[in-house]
Order: sequence, then C-alpha cells, then structure tokens
Amino acid sequence: MAQAIFIILSLITLGCALVVVTNRNLFHSALYLAFVFVGVAGLYFMLQAEFFAGIQVLIYVGAILTLIIFAIMLSRDLMNPNVRGFNRQWWAAAIVAGLLFVVLAVVLWRAPWPAAPVGEPSADFIAELGQALVSPAYVLPFEVVSILLLAALVGSILIARER
Amino acid sequence: MTLAQIIELLLPQLILLITVLAIFIADLADTRKEKGWAPYLALAGILAALITSSLHWGREVSFLGNMMRVDRFSVFFNGVVLAASALSVLLAISYMRPRTPYRAEFYALLTVVALAMTLAAGASNILMIYLAMESISITSYILVGYLRQDAKANEAAIKYFLYGAATSAMMLYGMSLLFGISGTLDLTGLADFFRAGVPEASRWIAFPAMVLLLAGFGFKTALVPFHQWSPDTYEGAPTPVTAFLSVGPKAAGFAILMRVFITGLPRFYTDWAALLAGISIVTMTLGNLVALRQSNIKRMLAYSSIAHAGYILIGVVCLSLSTTSPFNGVNSAMIYLLAYLFTNVGAFLTVIAFEEATGSTTIADYAGLMKRSPWLAVPMLVFLLSLTGIPSTGGFIGKLFVFGSAIQVQFYLLAIVGIINSAIAAFYYLNVVRYIFFTPAPEQAGPVPVPRPLRWVLAICLIMTFFIGLYPQPFMQLTTGSASLLASL
Repeated sequence: MAQAIFIILSLITLGCALVVVTNRNLFHSALYLAFVFVGVAGLYFMLQAEFFAGIQVLIYVGAILTLIIFAIMLSRDLMNPNVRGFNRQWWAAAIVAGLLFVVLAVVLWRAPWPAAPVGEPSADFIAELGQALVSPAYVLPFEVVSILLLAALVGSILIARER
Repeated sequence: MTLAQIIELLLPQLILLITVLAIFIADLADTRKEKGWAPYLALAGILAALITSSLHWGREVSFLGNMMRVDRFSVFFNGVVLAASALSVLLAISYMRPRTPYRAEFYALLTVVALAMTLAAGASNILMIYLAMESISITSYILVGYLRQDAKANEAAIKYFLYGAATSAMMLYGMSLLFGISGTLDLTGLADFFRAGVPEASRWIAFPAMVLLLAGFGFKTALVPFHQWSPDTYEGAPTPVTAFLSVGPKAAGFAILMRVFITGLPRFYTDWAALLAGISIVTMTLGNLVALRQSNIKRMLAYSSIAHAGYILIGVVCLSLSTTSPFNGVNSAMIYLLAYLFTNVGAFLTVIAFEEATGSTTIADYAGLMKRSPWLAVPMLVFLLSLTGIPSTGGFIGKLFVFGSAIQVQFYLLAIVGIINSAIAAFYYLNVVRYIFFTPAPEQAGPVPVPRPLRWVLAICLIMTFFIGLYPQPFMQLTTGSASLLASL
C-alpha cells in the first residue's frame, strides 16, 4: 500500500517537474510547480515528517509560488507563449543533467548509509524543534538568517524601486 | 559557557551588526540627501570589529555547540576580509556619490557582507558555513546590481545570481550527502566519523560530496570551471564592488575551503589534493591565457584574479606538517591572499581614479598616464609588478611561498606550471605598463585627479605592498602561527 502511494506520488512529482522545464508557457510551468511542491510534501508525509510536509506546503506553495506567479504576471513578455523555452545548448544541458543523475543514483545505491534514523520521533517534537532553534547550538544560525532577511529585504526594495 | 563569554567572542560580529542597524536608523533620521557620514560610520564599525577581532589573537575556542570557532585562523581571515571591506568603503566614496542617491544603504549592505565574511572565517559547522556563504552571496548580488540604470550592471548581477544559485544548490546537495552518511554537521565530528572507519561508505559518498562542495567554494573563489560569471560580473559591477569581490569574498571562500577540507575531510587528503591540484593547473593556465587577449582593464583584472586563485590553490594542495621549514601550505595561501589584497585593491584604485576622470576602462586609453599623472602611474607600476611577482613586492613573497610549498612536498609539476604561468602573466601586466610609460598621451589630456579617500587607500596599499615584499618576517610569523588548522591533519 505504502509502496503504491509512494510510486504514484513520485510519478506525479517527476512528471510535473518535467512539464515545468519543458513547457513553453511560463505561467503554466508555475502552476505545475505547485504540484511538484505538493508531491514533495506528500513524500515528507510518508517519511513521518508531517511537520515538514506542512511547512513545505505553507512556504513553497503558499509563499514562494505566489511570489513566482506575481513576478511572472508583473513582468513584460514573460507570458508570451512564442518565447522559446529552449536555446541551442539544451542538449548539452540534458547530457550534463543525465550524467549527474547517473552519478548520484550510483552513489545513493552503493553507499550503505550507516547513520539511519533511530526510533520514532517524540510526541511533542515541534515544541522540541522550537526550543532547539533558540538553544545555544542553533541560535546563531537562527539570528544570522534574520540578518540575511533584513539585507535581502533592503536589497530587493532598492532593486525594485521606481526609477 | 556564560553569555558574557559568548558576547565577548562574538564581539566583532556584534559591532558590525550594530553598525548596520545604526546606518539604517541614521539614514531614516537624516532627511538630507547627502548622507556623507554613511561611509565613515561603516568604516568606524569595520575598524572597531577589526580591532576587537585582533584582540582574540591566540585564543583557540569553539563555542555555541561548536557552531563557531575563534582561533588564529579565523582571526587572521577576519583581518583580511575586514581590511578588504574597509578599503572598499574608501574606494566607494567618490565613485558612488554621483551614481546613486541610495548611498547609506550601500554602505550598510557592504557592512552586512563584512559581517557574513567574519562568520564564514570562524564557522566550523556545515550549517553555519552554508548560511555564511549564502549571506555573502545574496548581499553581493545586490551590491553588483546596485546601479540599476546601468544595463551592464544588471547583466553582471543576473549572471552572478544565476551562477551563484546553481552552484549553491550543488554545494547544498554535497552537504546533504555528508550529513546523510555521518549524521553530523560538525566539521570535527565529520572528521572523527570518517577516521573511525567505514571505508566502503566513505569512498562512495565522500568523493562526489567533495566535488559538489567544490562547486560552491569554486564559485566564491572563481576557480575554473566555476569561473564563467567572473569576467562579466567584474566588468559590469561598480568598480569598488569589483575590487571588493576580488579580495573579500574570495578570501572568505578560501578560508571556508581550507577549513572544510582540512578540518572536516582530512582522511581524504590524497583525493581532494589531487582534485584541487588539477583544478589549480587549469585555473592558472586558463585565467592567464584568456587575460592576454583582454582590452578592457576590468576584464583583464578579472581573468588575472582567476589565475591568482589558481596560485593560491597550490598552497592548499601542498600541505606539509614539517615544523622546521618556512612553508606549510596553509601559510603560503594566507600570505598570498594578504599580499594580493593590498596589490589588487591598489590596482583597482587606479582603475577607479581613471574611470572617474575619463569614463574609460580600456587599456589603450591608459596611454601616457605617466605624463598625465605620475603620482598615479608610478604606484600602478608597483601594483602591476607585484601582481607579476617581481622581487621586493608583496606579490613576490606570495609566489615564493606557494611555489616553495609545492617544491617542499616535491610536487614539482605544480611549481613548474605556476612559474610558466607567472611568465605568461608578465606579458599582459607589462602591456599596461607599456601603455602607461611608453605610449604618448592623447592631446589635451589633463592630469587624472585622485580624490582624497582614494589617496589614503593608495598610501595604505603602496606601503603594505612594499612592507610585505621587503620585510616579510612579521607576516611569515603571523601566517605560520595562523595555520592552526593543520593540527587536525
């Protein structure tokens, strides 16, 4: 049962991902990207990472995809279906991507992955996650992300400002 | 560890953060257009961070769950990246004033990059390293595309961003492989894990992971084949930002590269040394050969900067644990970066002053600069000779150290390729010298004015280039003492 769901989810995710990169209409690509994100969220769900599945949907579908669609609709000529999605180097890119896939597949296949997860996650692990974010070990990355966000906000306003 | 101790160890970063916020707030409070105080506020913060970081010299501590380290290595690189930031602020004052009304934000963002680079110098956890690198990258994209009305700057920023996003995704995949197999993000934990055995696992994961990591590190340091962004970005970016990118983020990238490979993956030294040696040879050769054909001085310096990354990589490859010899590889890379910092900022300073006066970045337009402005032409000669590696300049000491470390570990091929490349490089550096000194100036060409902040930078760079070149002993002691990383090899 789980196997079947996994295969269906993977096929949806990969199929939609393929459409995202081959579709001529950028707007349609963005919509298919939503299915990719939801499919990945489903995979997280199957891995018993329900929290991350929720976060994935909230952030990627809810925020990032909305931004992408805004950006497409606000940019001139991006929705023009006559703009070609391929350039002269598409076959070179396909070869490199294929090779990368083969290498990574072999690596993932051959590596014994000794650090398998241990045991079930505890019941209130979201609370533990929240505490870990402000624990000594992770508080610095947490704060650095805020600084990065501030810089990115200022920068995006500067770039997008009126001429 | 108490809060007071943590604050004391993070003081340079906290000072930089306060500086950033102070600039933003003061910018809001000041309704005038001029904002002439902004660069000096940024400069004061960066210098204060530099001083507080130097006071940590001699400490060797990990803190915040081993997320960060303060050791001689991090203090040295803090010094390099903060000096690069401070000099870039001075370079930017006269350049940015007529070009953008949003100057306070520019210096605030430059200070954010400085902050991210100090985090990169001390990060000893893969998560922290990734965050520091992303902070450097994302803020740098903004700085490159800061002059939005300039089409070339837009192209530069977009290329930089696309390459950066792709290589950072590859690097992240490599990091996830390392985490997947070891279950730890801590570099010393990673080293312990691989040292404990599991040879089968290590082979299948570590090598692809190292290649993927190198995509990210190679992008920051502009190593072939991750260099394609750099000529266009260096040409299109505001020139002070170009000068900054070629010394600041590059040094931070090398600091991360050395710390990850030497501290985290020492068991695979032979693998990554072979990989890096190959990359070093290709990087030096390609950078120098393409630089020969450039007619734009910013593009020429971009390709030369690629070639210099190749020389620096020799030091990273040729590590030696011998305590009796002056070269141990890491100190070679460090002294090279230090000398390159002052030399390259000096060279870009001339480019900025010339661009200010004439609006041109074409090498042929430097004709007769000696007649027009001897006070600019002679220092430029010194910087070009230092980039070539002529004795009595800092560049010579850097080259002596990297080639010396190659000969020391009997990696003669690297030393020979490096020396041949230095000879090739002499052609295009001395070509600029030929224009400056032996080609007549066009008629009615007046002197090139040098604004006051640029004069300060000129003096600092000139003094340091000669100081490192003529009296390198203190710098040798400093860098040899900073090579504390090697203990984990």
